[in-house]
Amino acid sequence: MQSTLVQQAAAVEVRGVTRRFGDLVALSGVDLTAGEGEIVAIVGPSGCGKSTLLEVLAGLQEPDGGTVSAPSAAYMPQKDLLLPWRDALGNAALALEAAGMPRRAARRRAAPLFERFGLGGFERTPPYELSGGMRQRVAFLRTLLAGRPLLLLDEPFAALDSLTRAEMQAWLAEALGAEPRTTILVTHDVEEALFLADRVAVMSPRPGRLVAELEVAFERPRPRRDTVTDPAFVELRERALEALGA
Amino acid sequence: MRRVLPPLGLLLLALGAWWWVASWDSVDDLLLASPAETWTALREDRELLLDNAWVTLVEVLLGLAIAIAAAFALAVAMHLVRPFRDAAYPLLVASQAIPIFVLAPIFVLAFDYGIGPKLALVALISFFPIAVGLLDGLRSVDADFAKLMRSLGASRAFRLTRVELPAALPGFFSGLRIGASVAVIGAVFGELAGADEGLGRLIFLGNNQLETPRVYAGVVILTIMAVGLFALVSLAERAAVPWRTRT
Repeated sequence: MQSTLVQQAAAVEVRGVTRRFGDLVALSGVDLTAGEGEIVAIVGPSGCGKSTLLEVLAGLQEPDGGTVSAPSAAYMPQKDLLLPWRDALGNAALALEAAGMPRRAARRRAAPLFERFGLGGFERTPPYELSGGMRQRVAFLRTLLAGRPLLLLDEPFAALDSLTRAEMQAWLAEALGAEPRTTILVTHDVEEALFLADRVAVMSPRPGRLVAELEVAFERPRPRRDTVTDPAFVELRERALEALGA
Repeated sequence: MRRVLPPLGLLLLALGAWWWVASWDSVDDLLLASPAETWTALREDRELLLDNAWVTLVEVLLGLAIAIAAAFALAVAMHLVRPFRDAAYPLLVASQAIPIFVLAPIFVLAFDYGIGPKLALVALISFFPIAVGLLDGLRSVDADFAKLMRSLGASRAFRLTRVELPAALPGFFSGLRIGASVAVIGAVFGELAGADEGLGRLIFLGNNQLETPRVYAGVVILTIMAVGLFALVSLAERAAVPWRTRT
């Protein structure tokens, strides 16, 4: 299904990107590509530079070396960062308002997504009355509504309990099926990466570099129970964990 | 009820202590009026007290309005322009160190006997906590949120009006609660330095005329005024910042 929110999708190409903070080499010669509509997960332990890579892709940081070719991106941080004085719909519409759309028009534009993505009936609920999972959904809709061809998700479910996290992963897989986007998903959870992504890039820290890349040749969205027990999936997980040195 | 009972109990205890001390023979009646005498004064001088309380209340409210407007203008300017913030912050703190009772007679000389010097003193004394509360509030936005706004391409004006100013509301109300409580002090100092009317003036005259119970009655009304303002600000805060009490 063609997305109703963005005109063009686009590919990402990162070549030999290096980023230093003083003596610390956060990224060292990182290569990464993502095709149109592809979901690429980046896994790695904390301090491997995955968040730095995301900020370079978002244009929030300039690399010290290498080249980055990426379309304009919408960035979703780990914290939901919803504004408590706006209701759920107002928070999702914030991205449109930031781009200059008047408040009411932005709310009208955001409303249909609430029905489609399991938030119907919560439009006027303030964020502090929503569960953690619901708040992440609103934050994700805000990211979608920015209307950018590239989504950058920085550990979006790290703060959730494991049951909610599993539920949210299935929700995100479905959401990205309905609204396809080139997506870079940063996570420290191998299973989450393999469950959601078409390709998984494994990073190692100090200096942050790519150590492995795995194709996940399963159709999306994937039924969780059948997938995680599939021998091919189990083998992929073994390889990813091995690359992580776990 | 649970929130009202403890302060009420303490108040009764304090009243009892006041009563007891006032009943000592060694305490001069001109120095300390008993609660009963104060109550009598409150009843008998009701009209006089209320007329003057009204004058003081108007001074307090108008002065507070000036303080809020000035605090908003200064805090936003300081927030937006970093060098101005660095330059103005020490002066802002210094403004709070000026002893207000020294300024009061000078203001009265400068602005004459009318409401002007009272407003200036109320504004000056309540301006500082409001401005500092606002400044802290404006800076309270999560650093990650600033990143998010930048990635969304939000303009500076959008960030200020849609994110930073609403986020500053809790800080503003914290400052306003303090500002409103001390505003009464500013008005009284202004009236002491020179006035025809007002509770401060009435207390000053009562002291000179040895009308001790009336002095105490005036103080009681001033206190009620300050507590009332504090409560009013707290109510407004709960209406304007519902998320603060919920999260």
